[in-house]
Amino acid sequence: MNALYVICGIGIFALLAEIFSLKKWISYVALLGLAAAAALIIADWRSISYYFHGMMYFDRVALAFSGLILVVSFFWYWMSSDFFKGDEHVADKSSLTFFVVAGAIMMVAFNNMAILFLGIEILSISLYVLAGSNKQNLFSTEASFKYFLMGSFATGFLLFGIALVYGATGSFNITVISNNTTPVLSSAAIGTQGIPRFYFIGMLLMMVGLAFKISAVPFHQWAPDVYDGAPTPISSFMLTVVKIAAFSAFIKIFAVCFYRYQPTLQMLEQGLMVLTLVVANVAAVAQTSVKRMLAFSGVSQVGYLLLAFSSDGAKSAGVVFYYLAAYSAATLLAFTVIKIVESATGDSSVDKFRGLFKSNPLVAVAMAIALFSLAGIPPLAGFFGKYLVFTLALSNGFLVLTVLAVITSLVGVYYYFKPLIAMTQGEGKILLVSVSDRYLLLILIAINLLMGIFPDIVRVI
Amino acid sequence: MWLIRFLDNMLTVALIIVPIAAAVLIMALSRQVAKNIALFATLAELVISLVALYQFNSAMGTQYVFTKSWISSLGIAFSVGMDGISLLLVLLTTVLMPGIILSTFNDNSKPASFYSLMLLMQGALVGVFVAQDGFLFYLFWEIALIPIYFICLNWGGENRGKITLKFFIYTLTGSLLMLVALIFLYSKTPGTHTFALSALYEAGRSLDLPHQTFVFACMFLAFAIKMPVFPLHTWQPDTYTVAPVQGTLLLSAIMLKMGVYGVIRWLIPMVPLAVKEWGMTALILSVIGIIYASCIAIVQKDFKRLIAYSSIAHVGLISAGTLTLTTIGLQGAMIQMISHGVVVFGLFYIVEIVFARTQTREIGRLGGIRNVAPALSTSFFIILLSSVALPFTSGFVGEFLLINSLVQYQLWVGGIAGLTIILGAVYMFRTFQKTMSGETNTLTSQITDLATHEKLVLYPIVLLILLLGVFPKPLLDISATAVNNLLSIYSDLSASVK
Repeated sequence: MNALYVICGIGIFALLAEIFSLKKWISYVALLGLAAAAALIIADWRSISYYFHGMMYFDRVALAFSGLILVVSFFWYWMSSDFFKGDEHVADKSSLTFFVVAGAIMMVAFNNMAILFLGIEILSISLYVLAGSNKQNLFSTEASFKYFLMGSFATGFLLFGIALVYGATGSFNITVISNNTTPVLSSAAIGTQGIPRFYFIGMLLMMVGLAFKISAVPFHQWAPDVYDGAPTPISSFMLTVVKIAAFSAFIKIFAVCFYRYQPTLQMLEQGLMVLTLVVANVAAVAQTSVKRMLAFSGVSQVGYLLLAFSSDGAKSAGVVFYYLAAYSAATLLAFTVIKIVESATGDSSVDKFRGLFKSNPLVAVAMAIALFSLAGIPPLAGFFGKYLVFTLALSNGFLVLTVLAVITSLVGVYYYFKPLIAMTQGEGKILLVSVSDRYLLLILIAINLLMGIFPDIVRVI
Repeated sequence: MWLIRFLDNMLTVALIIVPIAAAVLIMALSRQVAKNIALFATLAELVISLVALYQFNSAMGTQYVFTKSWISSLGIAFSVGMDGISLLLVLLTTVLMPGIILSTFNDNSKPASFYSLMLLMQGALVGVFVAQDGFLFYLFWEIALIPIYFICLNWGGENRGKITLKFFIYTLTGSLLMLVALIFLYSKTPGTHTFALSALYEAGRSLDLPHQTFVFACMFLAFAIKMPVFPLHTWQPDTYTVAPVQGTLLLSAIMLKMGVYGVIRWLIPMVPLAVKEWGMTALILSVIGIIYASCIAIVQKDFKRLIAYSSIAHVGLISAGTLTLTTIGLQGAMIQMISHGVVVFGLFYIVEIVFARTQTREIGRLGGIRNVAPALSTSFFIILLSSVALPFTSGFVGEFLLINSLVQYQLWVGGIAGLTIILGAVYMFRTFQKTMSGETNTLTSQITDLATHEKLVLYPIVLLILLLGVFPKPLLDISATAVNNLLSIYSDLSASVK
């Protein structure tokens, strides 16, 4: 909870910094604040409690996910320090980022539908602006507009769903809704005792809204364009921090709030999962831009998360946590490289990676490790993520689905390796890598390796 | 005293750690230093394995065991150890590795990272052969793929991007399905689940036939791709041809033994019912592969591709012999794996020597090398004789045992498989005739005979071939106990059925 205060505080500080001309301090305060917030999460580890009359609930899961969000944000902020340099709207962009993080934490720790909605809105509205923050670029503007239109439409679904569930149960509170033991009506008659039909319609609408937020197929249409069009740092932000928040909200709604109906929902979730795995992986094969390819891969990774979640909702939190941590570490590493390549050559098509192994070994090795991890090759973090997912699915008897996931991950290898092969061939020009980027690359490489070789580190937490 | 016992227990671990540590060490060094350190590390590795051989008690089962809990929450342990089967393959690896490093000694185009990948590869290969934990086995199995992929991708020939990707995805398909099977078995182990080999054996044997069949299908696919067994061999000729010679040597001489080893250690004792049910099918596929690959080898014009196809044929025989589930079949497979590793190493190395001097691998353009390079052609001839299984060469013992086991299994199967010797003689002798004998032409007249470092690689190989051909017994003794232990489950099984 204290972490949330700190994050909001920094957001407001960044807004005011413009007025008091403290702009050059923003980045230091931001990094310090993120680190401090992460430390506060650790300090809160033993105190599990409700806040604001049960509106928010920080249990172990929420604390862990908030911690992950803060740590990822920290590295993300470090990576995109260039994005916050220069004269244009530095303070605005920084404060919006912090509001995104604040929204993300609310989405993780909500215990009330109102807070969930507030969190999603705080996060989304800031992101609509950030996605379009490169005003000169037509694609950025398009991304922002598309995201805004589709996003608000999806929020509408979510809100309608919340309203229907409220109508049926008389409460926004997760605990109350989940404890609702009223028997289901056998007929559609309203007015007699029991849960009316529209409770389930509300549940479905909420699933649509949240599936949009986690970009599960078929609600993913916005994702590639938005991730591709938005400025590179913002894309990586959406692919990591926002995805963590959205998925943990998804878990909380369907594994905690509607846990009673998990057996019914399971089939729907598995349908989403199969579509996501197949469509996203196949679509990624055809991409020539590495950034766009990673956008599709970001969608496909949701499929593996859904496989874990749909197998056993209650037990999946730990697996999902590890998977998201591994995925974020690899994605941040890949995007650091993309940022370096992009700033030197202008775009991120596969050709721009040619010859990197000779010209910039460190950058190339970093990219190779990131791609290997995303493809799920041992001994990297991404492999353990996939391994845990497969284990969970198999121990619940989903043999066919696991084999399907294995096959799609082979398709994944095909497209992840395209930049890798390009890097080994031809001659590349030497790119300028700043000292800070170099350290960031080294640290992220170490994280990817350590998480893979000693996965217990993360699982113990 | 305790120190010696401690060191004994650490032998297997040292075999894995030494090359990997050396690989990390040389990454940042200059290429000449890296080359020397790499050679030194592989020689040290050879010494360690020889110590292990010297102290090995061939009457006992798994030895030099080292177990330490690694990821305790998932029941994964760092558990390694060697029985006779493992030891033989580890020896094959450690004997051939110095030769592979030595083969680059007049080649200054390879940077330190090349040697680093080589050593990583060695660590992973040894790891595969000694792992006593299902997860660890999978991990090494997969890690072994990465260095060889980069070796082929970075230093390979034309069109390497596509070909190596095909190779990678092919092998990864198999290994991921194997992972699914291993996790499936893991979830059947009692209590808090474990990946320990013995527990996986228990779990596998207690399954009913449909489930055993599933495990068999997944795992055999992985092993069959690695070997490769017909019809999963299509990655192999391309990859062998495109890879740099050291990559080809690693792939053909050592790496494909991973597949056979997998069948022996992780398939036959794991799911006996399914092996009994489906072994015949797999065996027939292997035999088809023998004939098919031999026929293609006969019409090959490219020297390296020819050897690649001949390798498919030989491995087909090994795999078929293994699947007869008899002592002679398995013993034959063991000795033939060693022999094939040594022979194919020699053959590919000779292809490379000829290629380095003439820049061609087309058999039709060569000829008369015997006149200008007698040492080269004599070495080739001896290695070739072993390849066609002439008595008193290493190839004879293995092929004799293997074909013998197949004849006992089914006469007609043995008969068809026996054709491999005739077909092998056809393509090998024709190759010799066209490349080494005949008139020297303008291209081959400039060929110089073996240089010192080439002699250092080839002569020990020739010597080994002759030695193993005359005294195969020590080798057979090493693996005898392990093979009998392995097969005891089957005699129990058939006894209970009767």
